[in-house]
Amino acid sequence: AKYISQCIDEIKQELKQDNIAVKANAVCKLTYLQMLGYDISWAAFNIIEVMSASKFTFKRIGYLAASQCFHEGTDVIMLTTNQIRKDLSSPNQYDTGVALTGLSCFVTPDLARDLANDIMTLMSHTKPYIRKKAVLIMYKVFLKYPESLRPAFPRLKEKLEDPDPGVQSAAVNVICELARRNPKNYLSLAPLFFKLMTSSTNNWVLIKIIKLFGALTPLEPRLGKKLIEPLTNLIHSTSAMSLLYECVNTVIAVLISLSSGMPNHSASIQLCVQKLRILIEDSDQNLKYLGLLAMSKILKTHPKSVQSHKDLILQCLDDKDESIRLRALDLLYGMVSKKNLMEIVKKLMIHVDKAEGTTYRDELLTKIIDICSQSNYQYITNFEWYISILVELTRLEGTRHGHLIAAQMLDVAIRVKAIRKFAVSQMAMLLDNAHLIASNTQRNGICEVLYAAAWICGEFSEHLEEANQTLEAMLRPKVTTLPGHIQAVYVQNMVKLYASILQQKEQSGEKEAAQEITQLMIERLPQFVQSADLEVQERASCILQLIKYIQKLQIKEVPVAEEVIALFAGELNPVAPKAQKKVPVPEGLDLDAWINEPPSDSESEDEKPKTIFHDEEQRHSRHRQPEIDEEELARRREARKQEQANNPFYIKSSPSPQKRYQDTPGVEHIPVVQIDLSVPLKVPGMPMSDQYVKLEEERRHKQKLEKDKKKKKQKKEKRGKHHRHNSLHTESEEDIAPAHHVDIITEEMPENALPSDEDDKDPNDPYKALDIDLDKPLADSEKLPVQRHRNVETLKSPDSEAPLVEKKSKKPKKKEKKHKEKERDKGKKKEKEKKKSSKHKKKKHKKEKEEKSKDKKKSKKKSHHSEEETTESVQNGTLDDEPLPPMSSYRLLAENPYVKMTYDIQGNLQNDSQVTVSVIFENKSTSFLKSMELNVLDSLNTKMLRPEGSSVHDGIPVPFQLPPGISNEAQFVFTLQSIVMAQKLKGTLSFIVKNDEGSTHEKLDFKLHFSCASYLITTPCYSDAFAKLLESGDLHMSSIKVDGISISFQHLLAKICFHHHFSVVERVDSCASMYSRSIQGHHVCLLVKKGENSVSIDGKCNDSTLLSNLLDEMKETLSKC
Amino acid sequence: MQFMLLFSRQGKLRLQKWYVPLSDKEKKKITRELVQTVLARKPKMCSFLEWRDLKIVYKRYASLYFCCAIEDQDNELITLEIIHRYVELLDKYFGSVCELDIIFNFEKAYFILDEFLLGGEVQETSKKNVLKAIEQADLLQEVSKFNFSGQSISMVGCESKKFLFL
Repeated sequence: AKYISQCIDEIKQELKQDNIAVKANAVCKLTYLQMLGYDISWAAFNIIEVMSASKFTFKRIGYLAASQCFHEGTDVIMLTTNQIRKDLSSPNQYDTGVALTGLSCFVTPDLARDLANDIMTLMSHTKPYIRKKAVLIMYKVFLKYPESLRPAFPRLKEKLEDPDPGVQSAAVNVICELARRNPKNYLSLAPLFFKLMTSSTNNWVLIKIIKLFGALTPLEPRLGKKLIEPLTNLIHSTSAMSLLYECVNTVIAVLISLSSGMPNHSASIQLCVQKLRILIEDSDQNLKYLGLLAMSKILKTHPKSVQSHKDLILQCLDDKDESIRLRALDLLYGMVSKKNLMEIVKKLMIHVDKAEGTTYRDELLTKIIDICSQSNYQYITNFEWYISILVELTRLEGTRHGHLIAAQMLDVAIRVKAIRKFAVSQMAMLLDNAHLIASNTQRNGICEVLYAAAWICGEFSEHLEEANQTLEAMLRPKVTTLPGHIQAVYVQNMVKLYASILQQKEQSGEKEAAQEITQLMIERLPQFVQSADLEVQERASCILQLIKYIQKLQIKEVPVAEEVIALFAGELNPVAPKAQKKVPVPEGLDLDAWINEPPSDSESEDEKPKTIFHDEEQRHSRHRQPEIDEEELARRREARKQEQANNPFYIKSSPSPQKRYQDTPGVEHIPVVQIDLSVPLKVPGMPMSDQYVKLEEERRHKQKLEKDKKKKKQKKEKRGKHHRHNSLHTESEEDIAPAHHVDIITEEMPENALPSDEDDKDPNDPYKALDIDLDKPLADSEKLPVQRHRNVETLKSPDSEAPLVEKKSKKPKKKEKKHKEKERDKGKKKEKEKKKSSKHKKKKHKKEKEEKSKDKKKSKKKSHHSEEETTESVQNGTLDDEPLPPMSSYRLLAENPYVKMTYDIQGNLQNDSQVTVSVIFENKSTSFLKSMELNVLDSLNTKMLRPEGSSVHDGIPVPFQLPPGISNEAQFVFTLQSIVMAQKLKGTLSFIVKNDEGSTHEKLDFKLHFSCASYLITTPCYSDAFAKLLESGDLHMSSIKVDGISISFQHLLAKICFHHHFSVVERVDSCASMYSRSIQGHHVCLLVKKGENSVSIDGKCNDSTLLSNLLDEMKETLSKC
Repeated sequence: MQFMLLFSRQGKLRLQKWYVPLSDKEKKKITRELVQTVLARKPKMCSFLEWRDLKIVYKRYASLYFCCAIEDQDNELITLEIIHRYVELLDKYFGSVCELDIIFNFEKAYFILDEFLLGGEVQETSKKNVLKAIEQADLLQEVSKFNFSGQSISMVGCESKKFLFL
């Protein structure tokens, strides 16, 4: 680590040097460090520097570093936009290639939006090397910027038939990926792909196509029918395993989608299964694994055809590879039937014994339980067998799934009435041997089983043959070493047991025996009272008191058993998991309404403890009264009822006659009852080791059972009877959840259940955004933004760039493209020139040239005069603006020997009172500029938007520093109230110049000129809408005339479009109508006529001041011509 | 494909390529987790494992593990093919490649991978074309190197040699 930090210091030094080679080398080292896990995000800016190196060697390293360490959160990423754009249009295909590769790794939504159009252009590059990269990267762009999909799709489709196989396969890849997410939009491509599939010989491509068809067929079954034949042919003919596997997979998918319609495809299923069998039998583990995987897919729809290979799958259980064994287990899960369940589970049990490694054993255990319990124990014909399996499983040491076993035991015991007797006897045995194992393996999860055992023995104590013995087992001192929640259940169920023993004894008149057992309880219970676990302690002390009280009664020879039993009257029944949710809210009940007024809430809470205290007092007094009569019992039940009535659903129905009991002292046993009800939700227990004898028995038993299977089936029917328990208690319980069936299969919902809620689809699915109908014609609003300058574009709505991609007449388009490229190159050269000379005039010069080239193009189309053609030419106009070099619309703001500032103002479409001022700072000196801060003197109307909390006198820091010769851009947002007048703001830029001699503080004053035109946003307008606007009559009119204009009319229009943000609506000969809109929604319409040497402009606008100011500005522009 | 990792038998990462944007922290976590799981597997086991909601396909070549994460519906066997093809490419380029080649020329290894895969999809299925592209790019690089004074990539190699012994 020391060495590394030393290295990093070294690298930092190297990065500061001017030599780009040293820098690149440093960045390269950083990339390596990044791989080793060190954070190099601090060097992001240096990486960009290296990316922008002109030498390919360094550029390559820069892009590599960027692709390795940039991600969406990297803030400097936005600085790369222009660099990448420059590289994309580089004449060197490797520059372009490396930029594309890099971009594929760190593309962000912003980058995607800004560069989508460049990449689309590259899709038709002359070199296949670039084409294929561009095609592939489009997928990433689509993911980040879904709007680009529709405009780009036609071209993508073209690429499917590209002469170069690489490009073709790239296009297939992209469409396949797209189609897998949203297949329905790509159905129309099916015929094309079908052709490709039957003709292609490239396995890579074939696999993708086949995968694509796999995604399409569920939507279009007819396609599936057509596919089967070529696919089966492929399966027969191919030697490539990967292709074979893909085919089989797709055939399976096809068959699944067909299974409803076409029954006659068993041949293909057979073929698949055969091939899979070959895979599974292969010695290669990978093939084996995949074979099993595919097999499980077939299993879902055609279980029969798989079942015949049971032998093979059972073989796989012996495999060395755990993942293969697990796969085989999954398969077994689906393969069981009533017939083979016992056999399979027996096999599994053998594996459980053999298995080394707890994870696998645990997996086996859960699988056994899953297999048996699937679809409501559908395949179990004999529950005694199942219980003994469960008991056997408890012998597993170190398993984490004790609670699973316990839950199963409880579930079966509760839901299968007929099995209870057997279950209870088994559980009693478990309990009897519990401590032997529990003490050894106290830590492991298996002791959870004791929870179930205790509960079952207690709850169904009437089935217990030797209740005394069990009770004693539960009272052993060892029990106190169990986890608290299990002890709690123990305590609770002891009482149940005790109650039933008591009853038994009383009935047979053995009073002494009854007293003995009471004595036993009183002797042993204190060990629980001392428990550290609150629950255990509380229950134990309650019960201890109760029993002491009973003892007193017994001494007086009062029969108590009936009443003690009554404590636990009632039966527990399974309730469907959603039952509570399904109970409809009764009419008139508003669950959100306060039951009490909120302020009284606290009061009522205060009251509660009081009443509890009150009750307790009464309880004590009642203990002293030894009489318990019928009324007392009734009271208890009523009280219980009331407890349940606390359930919000019962507020309304709580019957008024019960009121009189509310203050009576019968509430004391309620806690006990409640706990009783909640018990079945948790389940603990413990394992034993001395069960081999028992197991032997069981095994014999099992064999016998297998023979008698048929007989047992009849038994099962008995089980199915519904059973309801009628006591006061259950009556009210019935209301809570009306599903009381004891049947195996009937975890019922309340009859009035509400329709079940469907699973919501994940709204965050990134691929959703790509669910776009591709067959619809392109709408204007969907066109890709044309890149001009980044700021310009981000602020404009896509509408303004709409015309870009329309009209697919290919030939003119290609020409245009070449043209554009030329222009762009030109632009770049000029950019450089301009940087050196930094003079305004040159810029104009250049523009003129551009416009001339524009003219040429336009003149080609001039001959057509239909309206469409005119609009198209207009569109070309905007198109041609696109390749303008980024700086072109920037005006000089201020300049001194250190720094030069140029700026551009753009309206903000989203906010009608904001404009964004983009300022480019260029460091002209040889020093380092830092701590730049820009401040403006706000006027009443126009204010700079400052971060919250800063005063109007504070400047805004420029978020970067400038090394010598570097320029960078910052944006400032201004808010305005009125936009009808041009304004000027005074401002100052302060900065620190740092060089070898030290640093000095410098200032540069400037005047920021907000022209009216900068409030306009280029907005396209169609001629009919334009006419309506003029007719509406609520526009003011004004006009100007400028003489001495010599430039061509097209040139002139372009000028107005560019400088004043207008768009041409219609043009006839030397007359044109133009339109624009202000950020505050003013419409501005112009009619421009050119006479000889003069131009007249008539304007109409909602606001006369704005119009006259605009016209003045225009006049100024034109007079310069 | 979501990402590709190369690591040595000692669990040292030799190459990583991510085709999904993740934060460094996540990447590190995933890498650590995967390296552990894959290294723990025995040689006789199959090359696929399910991990989170992805499928991991890995293969060992000499002392290096090549490990790819693919999505649920992707074809495992073709991924193995991809790995193999990449190894073949490295082999051709370096002439019987070894781990040290990849350490000392890691950027080359990346360049080759970038020519072969783009954005997680196979870009060029022909070995010849990939190598041609790389060679030409290298040529370009050599030219610009000679034009420039001398700092060359081999220096990076020396530096990374130091890292190797950390």
